[in-house]
Amino acid sequence: MPMEITPTATDSFKSQEYFINMGPQHPATHGVLRLLLTIDGEIIKKVEPDLGYIHRSIEKMCERDSYQQIVHLTDRMDYLSSHINNEAVCLVVENALGLEVPERVKVIRTIIGELTRIASHCLWWGVMGMDLGAFTTFFLGFRDREMINDIFEETCGARLTMNYNVPGGLMLDIHPNFVNRVKKFVAHFKTKIPEYDELITGNIIFQKRTKGVGILSREDAISFGASGPVARASGYSCDVRKYHPYSALDKVTFTESLKTGGDTLARYEVRIREMWESLSIVEQLIDNIPEGDHRVSTNAVIKLPAGEYYQKVETARGELGVYVISSGTKSPYRLKFRSPGFSNLSVLNHIAVGSKIGDLVAIMATIDLVIPDIDR
Amino acid sequence: MPEGVAGIAEMILIALVYLGIFSVAGLFLVLVERRVAAWFQLRIGPNRVGFQGILQTLADALKLVSKELTGTVRADKFLYNLAPYFVIISALMAMSVLPFSKEFHAFDINIGVLFLIAISSIGVIGILLGGWSSNNKFALIGAMRSGVQTISYELSVGLSLLTMVLISGSLQLSAIVEVQKNGWLIVQGHIPAVIAFMIFMISGTAETNRAPFDIVEAESELGAGFHTEYSGMKFAYFFLAEFINMFIIAAIAATVFFGGWLSPFGITESLPWLGVFWFLLKTFVLVFLMMWFRWTFPRLRVDQLLTLEWKYLLPVNLVNIVAMALIVWLNLTIQF
Repeated sequence: MPMEITPTATDSFKSQEYFINMGPQHPATHGVLRLLLTIDGEIIKKVEPDLGYIHRSIEKMCERDSYQQIVHLTDRMDYLSSHINNEAVCLVVENALGLEVPERVKVIRTIIGELTRIASHCLWWGVMGMDLGAFTTFFLGFRDREMINDIFEETCGARLTMNYNVPGGLMLDIHPNFVNRVKKFVAHFKTKIPEYDELITGNIIFQKRTKGVGILSREDAISFGASGPVARASGYSCDVRKYHPYSALDKVTFTESLKTGGDTLARYEVRIREMWESLSIVEQLIDNIPEGDHRVSTNAVIKLPAGEYYQKVETARGELGVYVISSGTKSPYRLKFRSPGFSNLSVLNHIAVGSKIGDLVAIMATIDLVIPDIDR
Repeated sequence: MPEGVAGIAEMILIALVYLGIFSVAGLFLVLVERRVAAWFQLRIGPNRVGFQGILQTLADALKLVSKELTGTVRADKFLYNLAPYFVIISALMAMSVLPFSKEFHAFDINIGVLFLIAISSIGVIGILLGGWSSNNKFALIGAMRSGVQTISYELSVGLSLLTMVLISGSLQLSAIVEVQKNGWLIVQGHIPAVIAFMIFMISGTAETNRAPFDIVEAESELGAGFHTEYSGMKFAYFFLAEFINMFIIAAIAATVFFGGWLSPFGITESLPWLGVFWFLLKTFVLVFLMMWFRWTFPRLRVDQLLTLEWKYLLPVNLVNIVAMALIVWLNLTIQF
C-alpha cells in the first residue's frame, strides 16, 4: 500500500538550500576563483571551487621553451613569491648540470627570497584585514611592502615579476645601495610588526572572528597535502627550508613557526611569526655577503642530461615542487609544478562546511590564495 | 496673501531649506569621511577638485546623476524603484526634528525622541525592499541581515534614549536641551548616563549599518549587499542616506548627552546665534568618533552581532534604566 503523503504545516515552511556563485568576480576571492556555495541561510553546506578561469597552460609551454625561458614563466604563477619560484627552476637546472654556484649568489638569493616572503605576508596581512572589514590594514601592509618593492626595483629593475635568477646565478650583481637599504628596511619593519599586532591581532572583534573558525586537524592537513603556514598552523612541521635547505639556508639559524590550533587565528599567528623569522634570516646574512662572481657561465643552450629531477622550495604559500623529465634536449620532455595553492585550496570544503559566509571569507584569507598559482 | 496659502508657502520654503542642508551635509560628510579615512591610512585623500577637495563629492554626484540606471531583468520594478525613497525620506524626516539651535528648529514636537526612534526604523523597510526586489541572492542575504540587525539594535537605541528621558523628564528635544543648562546630561546622570552613551553610540553605529556593523553591505562577503543591483542616482540615495543617518545619530547624541546647542559652561550665552556652531561642533566630534570606529575595527559576524545585542547590550541597558531611575528618585544627579 503506497504511503499517504499529506502536506503539513512544517512541510510548507521547510527551508531550502540554495546555490550561490561566489566569483569569478567577487572581492573576497582575490582573483578569478569561482566558488559554488550551497548555503542554508547563512550556513555553508558545501563549497565547490571551480578552477580554470586563468589557466594559461604554463606546464605545456615549458615543454616548448628553453630552461632560461621557463624561469620567466614561473613569475606568472605565484606572482607574490616570484623570486622563490624562479629560484626553484634555477636550482633544478643547476643540480641537474652539477653546477656549483658561487656563495655570493646563494646568499643573495636567500636574502631576496626572505624579503619576498615578507612582502607577500605584508600583502596577505593587509588583504586579510580588508576581508574582515578593516580597511586600514591594507594601506599599512602596502606601505611596508612598497619599501621591499623599491629595493627590488633598484636591484633588478622589476618590482613584481623579477626574473632576477638565471640558471647559474643572478642576472646582475646587486646594486651598491642594496645592503644599506635592506638594513634600513629591517630596522623599519621591526617597529611595524608590533603595530600590526596592536591594530588587529589584539582586537577583540578580530579574535572572535578567527578563534576556532575553520579548524584543520594535523591529520587532515597531511592527507590533503597542505603545506606552508596552513599546515604549520595545524602542528605539521613541514618547512622545506628546515628539512631540505637550499641556497644559503643551511648557514642560518631560525625556528620554524608552529602552532597547534589549526584555526584561522593560528594560521594568522604563524604568518606573523614567519615575518619575524624572515627578518632574522635577512639580518644574519646581510652583513656577510661574500665577495665573488654573481654568475657562473653556462652554455647558451642548456641541455639537461636525460633523467628525472626534482627540487622543492618553500614559497610564501608553502611547498613548491618542480619535477622535470628531460630527454636530453634543450626543453624538458615534461615539467610539472606542484603548487602550494592548489593543495591548500583543497582543504577549503573540509574546513568551511558548517560555518557562516563571514567565516568562509576569513578562512579564505588565511589560506592565502593566489589564483594564478592554483591554475597555472 | 490668504493665510492658508502663506502657511503652505512657508512650509515649502522650510522644506527647501532643509533639503539644501540635507544635500550639503551629505556631500560634505562624504568628503570628511574620505579625508579622515585617508588620514588614518597614510594617504592624502581627494584634495584636487576645489579648495582641499571641497567640490570632489559634487563632481562624484554629477557623475552618479549622469549614469545609466541599470537593474536586473526579473526584478520587481515597482518595489525596486520605491526602495531608495523609503531610505532617503526617513532620513530627511528625522532631520526635521533636530534642534540646530533655539530658533533654528523646524518641528519642535513634544514627542521628539519617540518620533526620531519611530522614523529611523522606516529606513530599514527601504533596505529590505531593495534587497528583496533586486532579484539577486547577495542582495537578498544583505536584506535579511539588515532585518535582524536593525530590529535588534532598535531596542538598544530606544532603551538608551529612554534612560536619558528619565533624567530629563521630557521627550521634547528642546526641553531636553533646556534641562542641560545646569550641566550636560552625561554629567548629571554620571555612570548610568555614560553607559547609556556608550550603548547609544554602539547601537547607533549598528543602526546606520556602518562598520564594524556593516554586515548588510559587507563588500568582502556580499559584493555590495542590499544595494548590489542599484546604480546611478538610486545608489547615491542609499549612499547619501547612510551619511545623513550617521549625522542624525551623532546629532541625537549631541543633543541628549552633550547639551545640544548650549555652549560649554555657558561661555557664549550672550551670543545665542552661536548655538548652531556649538551644535555642529559637538555633532562633528561624534561623527568623527563613528568614522574612527569604521577605519579601525574589523567587521563582526552576523551571529556575533546578535549575541552582542541580546546577551550584552540589552541586559546592561535594562539594568541601566533601573539604576537611572533610582538615581533620579534618590535625587543623586550632579547639578552645577
